[in-house]
Amino acid sequence: MRGGFMKLTRVTESGGQYPNPALMDGLQTGVSRRGFITAAGMGVGLAAMGPSLVKEAKAATDTGGNPRKLNQIKTICGNCAVGCGFIAEVENDTWVSIEPWFEHPINQGSLCSKGSAAREHVISEKRLKSPMKLDGGKWKRISWDTAMSEITAKLQDIRKKHGPDALMILGSAHHNNETSYALRKFAAFWGSNNIDHQARICHSTTVAGIANTWGYGAMTNSMNDIRNSQCVFIIGENVCTSHPIAMQHILTAKEENKAQIIVADPRFTQTAAFANKFVQFRSGTDVALIYGLINVILENGWEDKSMINDRTYGFSDLKEELKRYDLETVSDITGVPVADIVHSARLMAENRPGTLIWAMGGTQHANGTSNTRSYAALQLVLGNMGKPGGGCNIFRGHDNVQGATDLGVLSNTLPGYYGLGVNTAYKHWSNVWGVEHNWIKSRFKDEKIMGKKGFTVARWYEGVLMDTKELGQDVNVHAAFYWGHSCNSQSQMDRIKTALDKVELLVDIDPFVTTTSILPDRKDGVYILPAATVYEQAGSVTNSNRDIQWRNQVVKPVWESRKDLDIILDLADRLGFGKEFKKSRNGAWKELPEDITREWNLGMRTIGMTGQTVERMKRQQEWGHAFDLKTKIAEGGPCDGEQWGLPWPCWTDKHPGSHVLYRTSIPVAEGGMGFRARWGPKAPDGRTLLAGKGSAPVDSSLNEGYAEMKNWKTDLTGKVFEDAIAKGLAPYGNGRARFHVWTMKDDPVPKHREPLHSPRPDLITEWVTYDDVKDHYRVPTLFKSLQKKDWVEKYPLILSSGRQVEFEGGGNSERNCWWLVELQPEMYAEIHPRLANNNRIKHGDLIWVESPEDTDTQPSRIKVKAKVTRRVSPDMVYLPFHWGGVMSGKDLSHKYPEGYVPYGIGESANTVTNYGYDRITQMQETKTGLCRIMKA
Amino acid sequence: MATTNITIPARSASGPEGKHAPARMKFYVDTKRCIECGGCEVACKNENNVPPGIARIRVVTVNEGQPGETNVAVPCMHCSNAPCVSVCPVDALFHRADGIVHVNKDTCIGCGYCLYACPFGAPQFPKGSPFGKRGVMDKCTYCAGGPEEAFSATEQELYGSNRIAEGKLPMCASICSTKALVAGDAEEVANVVRARSAARGSAAGSWGWGTAYPNN
Ligand code: SF4
Ligand code: SF4
Repeated sequence: MRGGFMKLTRVTESGGQYPNPALMDGLQTGVSRRGFITAAGMGVGLAAMGPSLVKEAKAATDTGGNPRKLNQIKTICGNCAVGCGFIAEVENDTWVSIEPWFEHPINQGSLCSKGSAAREHVISEKRLKSPMKLDGGKWKRISWDTAMSEITAKLQDIRKKHGPDALMILGSAHHNNETSYALRKFAAFWGSNNIDHQARICHSTTVAGIANTWGYGAMTNSMNDIRNSQCVFIIGENVCTSHPIAMQHILTAKEENKAQIIVADPRFTQTAAFANKFVQFRSGTDVALIYGLINVILENGWEDKSMINDRTYGFSDLKEELKRYDLETVSDITGVPVADIVHSARLMAENRPGTLIWAMGGTQHANGTSNTRSYAALQLVLGNMGKPGGGCNIFRGHDNVQGATDLGVLSNTLPGYYGLGVNTAYKHWSNVWGVEHNWIKSRFKDEKIMGKKGFTVARWYEGVLMDTKELGQDVNVHAAFYWGHSCNSQSQMDRIKTALDKVELLVDIDPFVTTTSILPDRKDGVYILPAATVYEQAGSVTNSNRDIQWRNQVVKPVWESRKDLDIILDLADRLGFGKEFKKSRNGAWKELPEDITREWNLGMRTIGMTGQTVERMKRQQEWGHAFDLKTKIAEGGPCDGEQWGLPWPCWTDKHPGSHVLYRTSIPVAEGGMGFRARWGPKAPDGRTLLAGKGSAPVDSSLNEGYAEMKNWKTDLTGKVFEDAIAKGLAPYGNGRARFHVWTMKDDPVPKHREPLHSPRPDLITEWVTYDDVKDHYRVPTLFKSLQKKDWVEKYPLILSSGRQVEFEGGGNSERNCWWLVELQPEMYAEIHPRLANNNRIKHGDLIWVESPEDTDTQPSRIKVKAKVTRRVSPDMVYLPFHWGGVMSGKDLSHKYPEGYVPYGIGESANTVTNYGYDRITQMQETKTGLCRIMKA
Repeated sequence: MATTNITIPARSASGPEGKHAPARMKFYVDTKRCIECGGCEVACKNENNVPPGIARIRVVTVNEGQPGETNVAVPCMHCSNAPCVSVCPVDALFHRADGIVHVNKDTCIGCGYCLYACPFGAPQFPKGSPFGKRGVMDKCTYCAGGPEEAFSATEQELYGSNRIAEGKLPMCASICSTKALVAGDAEEVANVVRARSAARGSAAGSWGWGTAYPNN
């Protein structure tokens, strides 16, 4: 019973210095955050009443009450990538309450509904209490030992018959850095690249797009840095819903700097309501819109010429492509009036530095990589890169999706974006792992497959379903691990279900029973293992802006659940490579998870995840108050000069971190750097890729472009870094950002391409999609052959999916938290009143949403309630994507183990999202599909 | 029934003795800040162990999905001349010295008259048995417990936590995502509101809807 967890008494130790949060936003002239805390005792705050009342409280408890001392534990929210901190209060290993962590520089005590419900993730009655196994069509409770021995025996059997590539591991963006690292290492030790996680379907196109532009694929500035912006351009991101606490910083820019807030989105989002300018454009036309803006900027001479001349490559190629985008054309493609394009461009040009924020509205497209590259191009042209208040503030989704990406829980790279090179990447990591390179090689089927990208989250199931002749490996997938990952966040749910029906072994590891376990129709071969939540295990997590924070464990794993890391270690032991697995170049693991941190510190040279020592991270927890909200730098105290979260690159344990990437106005030793010289000194066309004269970070011994330092990625001693920093040089060189990427053969410069399911068939010929591709991440991927002109005749409405503030991802944890489900009890489809009336649909009516058959024989459909709202345009249907447990009108409650039906179940949007995958990364297209609706 | 001993907070500790004047606790919701994240609603449940179906605070959206969309979090406003206190036939509702409106669950008969009187829909009536754990009428306590002994098990069970007695502000205002929800002594709340409007005032264009949405 929930009442059982209720606290009875608390005793404040702070002596009543309780600050008034309203005064903590740094907005009150003359009252800074720290200023206020000192001022509190002088009667500014309610705190003035504190001490006497606290005394009363103590007296009361002395006489009749039940005084209890609560253990206060600082920890980090496990939901989104904002990375908010809070204080968990614990008594006898029971989590009884939450107190705001006011001194936390990112959120200053604030929490959205998800963060406020953190405790319920642990105390929910729906927590999976023991391992379960599907046996003869019934769920049976089994012991951990039985589960693990049966699973590993089956794995060995599959390995013997089909080889290591018959296993697919779907990892999690909710795993902390140490767990993510261990899981990636586990896949390598097992001998396959068939491992991936949610980043594939969240920001893979960002990583590919912008890493190819300027070197790193991450958010370039920080949430706090938005406080320095004069203009905030938000495209394809609903901050209020997806990253609520980031609004604190955006609203501060708006109130304090009078920053212009421009929201470009197909929907009038909650965030649009806070904008000075709202630009409603047709879903999937981002590149055209951005090129329209760039054209206005260039026509008026508003571009930053020195940025373009000295620090970029391929501007003339961009200009060539821009010729196709005169404003009338752009307006026709996007649906945005010319005047609005011009006005938006003017606002951006007149209000610099400006930041550009995007999220999945930009990334989840079949041309997502082109979208992200075009956003980057806009910021380069405006000269907003490498400046406080500027940059690309790319908001990532889950709490540790940045970390899991950095640590390579991806089928295309090992940790640190080293790639899959057998004699390069695998060699470097074997060295760090402390094992023989040849031994790692022996774990794989052969060297060819060892260097080949594996299946992705987006389409791994085709590895089960397709004939091996069509696949990029010669065996099918026979076993799948869904580890902290609910399958309803992936499109093509019908096909996923068929694969889950067929795969021999399905293991689902999660704190709750997920949609994955209950979706298939089968009698056996499914195991569900109870994992601890993020609050029941310690480790570091990397938020969206590369801040690495130590998350303390709040309570021990509840019921029979186990820490993810313990499960990995157990598997490694039982599969016979436990001893090698725990070896390390630093010496065998003893203190966990800290020794794993030390191991990735050693190997993660490329992105400078080298200076964030366990000790520094833990020390920062106690010194939040010392950090400035705008610069993120600590003033005085033991963290003096450090940036909050030691954002990477943080080259050495003396380096402060770099929350503004590519900033040349400070020395490398303080977090400065140019663009990464990642592609050599010269492009194949002979033009230079090194930055121009005078554009190196200040205090540089070479004030010009220069190549990367020799061995900087593999030297484990740290000497290369130290020498470079001493000379004021960035270890990765000083190069140029690329408008033109010659390795992207179809789009050396991004182009607008009509979606596969275009509502404008008249545009398909000119703005055609890509050719079909064979063996793309081991599966064939269709483009042109699916881009039919007549889809729109039968399916006239644009289908788009997105977020609700209370839930996240597949919603699997949140739908098991009553407080959140109470706020959002039902799945729905947003439709405009005009569309509703034309179809005789009223608010609250049940409707069918049906989408094209694509590669299947039948259309897919879901039955949901109509939410009639002007938020959407009359030509679109919008679906939140967090729901599961109902499929195509059928309630699947009966398929859950008894007592484990989530509080909230509903149709999955991804049953009807259309086929479509990014040409570069295989990101799923979920924002621009087609559908039709009818009253149910 | 024990009576809670209220110490009147000091309004200003300036002089050597300090001036003691009764505080008047107030909420204020900055409609230019509230983003409808629901943090306050959930935090209240977590802090006060509020049972399902009861919303001591609820976020209301005006003009949903249209230019001008505005959100307001609505708790009990702890009115100074509280209509609920006036109409309650058994005097179960009363003001504390600091202006917080409390309900005495031992006296309340659950007639629902206060719901008629309240302009904000603050009084809540637990579903199921009227004699259930949270009694007949439940509402926002300003995180100040109830008319039981501070921190007693009965207070916790019937009313929830007593942060005011701990020298803390209500939980909803403490965790508000954007510091939209402001709590404290009325004078202090007024200062916050004043400072914010001063900060916003100087560039009307930045806030005017006319500029923002010329087409609407
Ligand atoms: S979900 Fe995100 S914004 Fe909300 S409290 Fe957690 S980290 Fe902060
Ligand atoms: S927590 Fe604040 S911003 Fe969020 S809904 Fe409540 S009042 Fe509004």
